Amino acid sequence: MGHHREAALKLENVRKVYRSGDAETVAVDRASLEVGPAEIVALVGPSGSGKTTLLSISGGLLSPSQGRVVVAGDEISGYDPKRLTRFRRESVGFVFQSVNLVPFLTARENLLVVTDFSRRDKKKSKARADQLLTELRLEERADNLPRQLSGGERQRVAVGRAFMNQPDLVLIDEPTSALDTKLGEQVMELIVTEVRARGTAAVIVTHDMRMTHFADRTLAIVDGILGDAATS
Amino acid sequence: MKLALLELRRRPWRFAPAVIALVLLTGLLLTLGGLLDGLYNGFTGALRAQPGALLTYASDANLSVIRSRIDAATTAQVERVPGVEQVGGLGTVLLGAKIPGQATEASVALFGYQRAPGGVPAPPDKAGQVYADTSLKAYGVQEGQTLLLGPQRYPVSIVGWVSDTNFLLQGGLWGGLDTWRQVLGSARPDQVLASGTYQVLTVSTTAGADPAWVAGAIDAATGGRTQTVTRSFAVDSLPGITQQRSTFNAIIDTTFFVAALVVALFFVLLTIERVGIYAVFKAVGASSGQLFAQVVLQAVMIAVVSFMVGALLALTVGRLIPPQVPLQFSASRALQVAVGLVVMSTLGSAVSLRRVVRIDPATAIS
Repeated sequence: MGHHREAALKLENVRKVYRSGDAETVAVDRASLEVGPAEIVALVGPSGSGKTTLLSISGGLLSPSQGRVVVAGDEISGYDPKRLTRFRRESVGFVFQSVNLVPFLTARENLLVVTDFSRRDKKKSKARADQLLTELRLEERADNLPRQLSGGERQRVAVGRAFMNQPDLVLIDEPTSALDTKLGEQVMELIVTEVRARGTAAVIVTHDMRMTHFADRTLAIVDGILGDAATS
Repeated sequence: MKLALLELRRRPWRFAPAVIALVLLTGLLLTLGGLLDGLYNGFTGALRAQPGALLTYASDANLSVIRSRIDAATTAQVERVPGVEQVGGLGTVLLGAKIPGQATEASVALFGYQRAPGGVPAPPDKAGQVYADTSLKAYGVQEGQTLLLGPQRYPVSIVGWVSDTNFLLQGGLWGGLDTWRQVLGSARPDQVLASGTYQVLTVSTTAGADPAWVAGAIDAATGGRTQTVTRSFAVDSLPGITQQRSTFNAIIDTTFFVAALVVALFFVLLTIERVGIYAVFKAVGASSGQLFAQVVLQAVMIAVVSFMVGALLALTVGRLIPPQVPLQFSASRALQVAVGLVVMSTLGSAVSLRRVVRIDPATAIS
């Protein structure tokens, strides 16, 4: 939590290998990357290139087969599942591709879910949720269920949820994949605005090259090998 | 914020299949339990109410009150046994009772007693007066009425009510030993008993005496002409009681097992359906334990709600059943069913634990 002077995310020779019997699939091969404290990095690549695996490793959803993963100064690559759960609860925010709001919770409650699992102060959590909803221009929709929200509003709630735990790093998976160009641009603008307003680092996985101009830097991953977008 | 409770409140229809099944099972459990309790109490009430720790039968009666006969000389021997504090005679006769204004006869067990059983006053002053068990009200019996007993229509008048004193599912009538002897002699002239002869003796032991030792001493003192047992043993020795209880309990246990299966199946399906949402929860920092606790909480809530509705259902069904059917609802049985249902639901929901643990948070992002 909070903002650190060191890199928000540091990957060193990260490798992820999936084994099935004798077969071996290398999803990410010796990837190294450093994301600054308030930097936005776009990660592009075709389907199956390993970008989602890299994002999952960065967020503590997957453990690397080899290499070091350091988030805001904490090396998480050696964490056991229990510590990874706590790490995700406290240090990372996620915006998922399919938004993934809980259908029976209101917009406010979808934000509060994050702090509910960490048993934080309820009053403070509610105040933060309301503040985020106001910033996202959703204060009038706070008590609406996801089915009562438009696609854009749902996406904004998902963005708000990612910031609920005041993360060091926000990981965003294909935020525009289900949206048309105009709405996609709006969502990206919103994400970038929110990320910049908080000085948080972000990694955005996208296959849509039109959205990369929102990032400070764009990296490409092909067959698990990470490189600059221009050289890949 | 309790996710589990919010989901229950906002999507109750989602849980309807499990609730409906558990409501029906609760109704069944309470009805079965009520029938078991009604049958058990109706069979055994008279013996359970007896004073003293021991009952003495004639040894050749094989613990049958009906067949047992104990003469005055044997009673005197029992009274002299060390450790015996008080002895009282007891006798019964089973017969039909004609009730004024009613077309059908009621089956009754008329008891004559020396020592008042629990909840029964001292024997009425006059011969021909009896206290009636409240269960006979279902047959139209009223206080002050005269019932005509047996083929000779021996008249007895009701002077008060007692409860839980039935015997072998026959309504209990409680009078003096003279009344019993006269009714027995009227109904079965071949079985007229001499004064001082009883069917069973109720025996109280002195403070500190071991009832088992005293029982042995009594039977030794009578030269083996008696069989003395504890009251609870006598109750369990009534014909069919053990089999009745074990049969009902087997059905009840099976029903509890079915309840656990219903909950297990329901929550396994629900967990499969929720894999995506649980993966998101795990991704944002929920532990498997926290998610499983939500499942258990929902299972417990479903069990509690189902029990309440099921209890209402059972009470409604109970009102429709004729009063002659020995169905007795009790708070202790209801508590037992409620606790059993909650425990079985919790166990059933535990089947989902493995699935919850195996949900990979990485699937939220893939």
